[in-house]
Amino acid sequence: MNQAEALAWVAPRTQSNWLQRLLDWKPALVILCLTPALGLLLVFLTYPLGLGIWMSFTDTQLGKPGVWVGLENFQYLLTDRVFLNAVWFTIFYTAAATIGKFALGLWLALLLNQHLPFKSLIRAIILLPWITPTVLSAIAFWWIYDPQFSIVSYVVVDVLHWRTKYFDFLGTPWPARWSLIAANVWRGIPFVAISLLAGLQTISPSLYEAAMLDGASSWQRFRRITAPLLMPILAVVLTFSVLFTFADFQLVYAITRGGPINSTHLMATLAFQRGIPGAALGEGAAIAVAMIPFLVLATLFSYFAIGNRKWQQGGSDE
Amino acid sequence: MNIITRRSVLATGTAVAASLALPNFAMSAIPVADVTPPKLPIESGATLRVLRPTKFVAPDEVIFRENIAKFTAQTGVPVRVDFVGWEDLRPQVGVAANTGAGPDIVVAWPDDPHLFSDKLIELSDVAEYLGKKYGGWYSLAERYGKKWGTNNWIAIPMGGSGAPAVYRKSWVKEAGFENFPTDHAGFLKLCQNLKKNGHPSGFSLGNAVGDANGYANWLLWSHGGFLVDENNKVAINSKETIEALKYAKELQSTFIEGTLSWSDASNNKAFFAEEISLTQNGVSVYFAFKTDPNKAAQTADTDHAAMPLGLSKTRPESALILNAMVFKHTKYPNASKEFIRFMMEQEQYEPWLTGCIGYWAQPLKAYAQSAVWTSDPKIAAYRDTCGNEYWNGYKGPISQASGAATADYVNVQMFAAVASGQATPEEAVREAERRAKRFYR
Repeated sequence: MNQAEALAWVAPRTQSNWLQRLLDWKPALVILCLTPALGLLLVFLTYPLGLGIWMSFTDTQLGKPGVWVGLENFQYLLTDRVFLNAVWFTIFYTAAATIGKFALGLWLALLLNQHLPFKSLIRAIILLPWITPTVLSAIAFWWIYDPQFSIVSYVVVDVLHWRTKYFDFLGTPWPARWSLIAANVWRGIPFVAISLLAGLQTISPSLYEAAMLDGASSWQRFRRITAPLLMPILAVVLTFSVLFTFADFQLVYAITRGGPINSTHLMATLAFQRGIPGAALGEGAAIAVAMIPFLVLATLFSYFAIGNRKWQQGGSDE
Repeated sequence: MNIITRRSVLATGTAVAASLALPNFAMSAIPVADVTPPKLPIESGATLRVLRPTKFVAPDEVIFRENIAKFTAQTGVPVRVDFVGWEDLRPQVGVAANTGAGPDIVVAWPDDPHLFSDKLIELSDVAEYLGKKYGGWYSLAERYGKKWGTNNWIAIPMGGSGAPAVYRKSWVKEAGFENFPTDHAGFLKLCQNLKKNGHPSGFSLGNAVGDANGYANWLLWSHGGFLVDENNKVAINSKETIEALKYAKELQSTFIEGTLSWSDASNNKAFFAEEISLTQNGVSVYFAFKTDPNKAAQTADTDHAAMPLGLSKTRPESALILNAMVFKHTKYPNASKEFIRFMMEQEQYEPWLTGCIGYWAQPLKAYAQSAVWTSDPKIAAYRDTCGNEYWNGYKGPISQASGAATADYVNVQMFAAVASGQATPEEAVREAERRAKRFYR
């Protein structure tokens, strides 16, 4: 081949086949790339959710298809004291546990943000309650709260002689409720603490230095620098924490099963008890569906009230 | 109820299981009629999957598996058995029934076959054969095995766990009772004295499937109360129930602290630790003592008795029936039926019954002659468990409604509300009536 020929040479234009043409066409490519994700969402999220919502309008029983009963399940639940009590306790449980988790979690995060010896080791240990399987920690708490064999009772009564009677942690409604909340707080603190710690470490030290030069007290530094800059991550962590707590099941089911006398039923445990052991799938689904508005509200609250952009960036809310 | 502390089982259970499961097991002289088994040619290439609740006394699993191995050796049918937690059984059965796939045979809880009756193979041929051969079925076994109101067997009861009173003889004697009381007044007096002497009794009213239902049902039935009448109408709101509630309130003050939060394992633990002198339980509490070499004195001091009859003519107790059922979706119905028949035959059944020292009492009357019941007179109270004349949802049919009312702890919580002082008997019974009407609509 001489030079002129070489210069004039162009790659032979091969006839592209239909597959290549299809892949070059943007809409087709978009559809192709989205299908797996959409498929997963449809099969594992939309379908179960849709089925649950549909079932809540039927009287389906375990092993038997149901018929459409409209709002009957919900009408009954509104008159059912057990259900109303579960709704009330779910909200109370979520609120109390979230406050506890955030107060202690933030405190822990601030401590861990200091220069401590063995910092990374301590941080790893802090995570332990979070990585322990819930059921295991639930069983541990079940023993701690046992009316006859509680380690707490043993120490207080038999070792220290501060009391003469063992604690009855789970036998009466209010102590049982607070015991469960304490267990939930214990489990939830690491998640909050580590997330907030990550947030704290993104705050530039120069801000603190500048504030110190201006003579700001440590409270002022927290109030004016740490708190506002932590807000975005706080909003996200709060949302997740509220959602987890609201939908909690394992702790309550393993420790009290909703007892004594239904005083510690969460909506999730009641939905399971009615739906599976009680075989009334329709009613169980209705209880589960009744959780959705609360979850949506909690999410909206976190995003709009706490996640307000202006406030986060130090502007005034107005 | 039937739960043994893990420690005690680990310590001694396996040793006992091994010794009881020796091949030279001497079978008792059980009166057996000469009956030809139903002709059930096993399908070629059959394999079986069996699901059953997990064991709480070690031999239950060991001997069950040995019997399965024997079945495979004799028929060439491979069998896979899964033991699942007691609470996990219902969800798994529900999935199998809804999807039409999964285990061929489920050894399930008493109500399960009645929930899924239209998904099950009729087992009348096997049941009638076994009944004829082994002296007939006990009444409770028949109630739970047959579809209500028909003569068709939808399940084969394999055993029943009862819950009579288990008590420490010396402490009951110290409380002034040579013999265990048989009336309400005597029983209350006994519990009061036990408390006074520092050895209180304890009966669960927590959300405990076995123990709490056993105790609450005894309270209700021994006072002549019942959840629904023969026509399936809710009849809990009666003066008998009110009496039972008042009695429960008085009794509660004599118990050890914390029984309102007791789970099924709590009374076992407390009795084993000698914190309580009296409770209601399956044979597992005694089994734990008996298999612990360090507890010989406690074993000798422990005994069983029927709970006081009160106003009832027969023992006001029911039983947790182990109810085997075969799903229609099985490809090997004959093999499944043969499997159940095989497990109920004396060569397999008696070693299992004996190994568990009556943990699952027999549903077939002939097995009452088994040597296990005379080998230890203390377990005699469990012998006729399957002959109890009461069932969950007494006097109505065994149905989805009766199962659901039990699962929602309607009866237990009625008693717990009054015993804890949260409600008056009248309030509690109205609430129970309201809840029960939902299930029996």
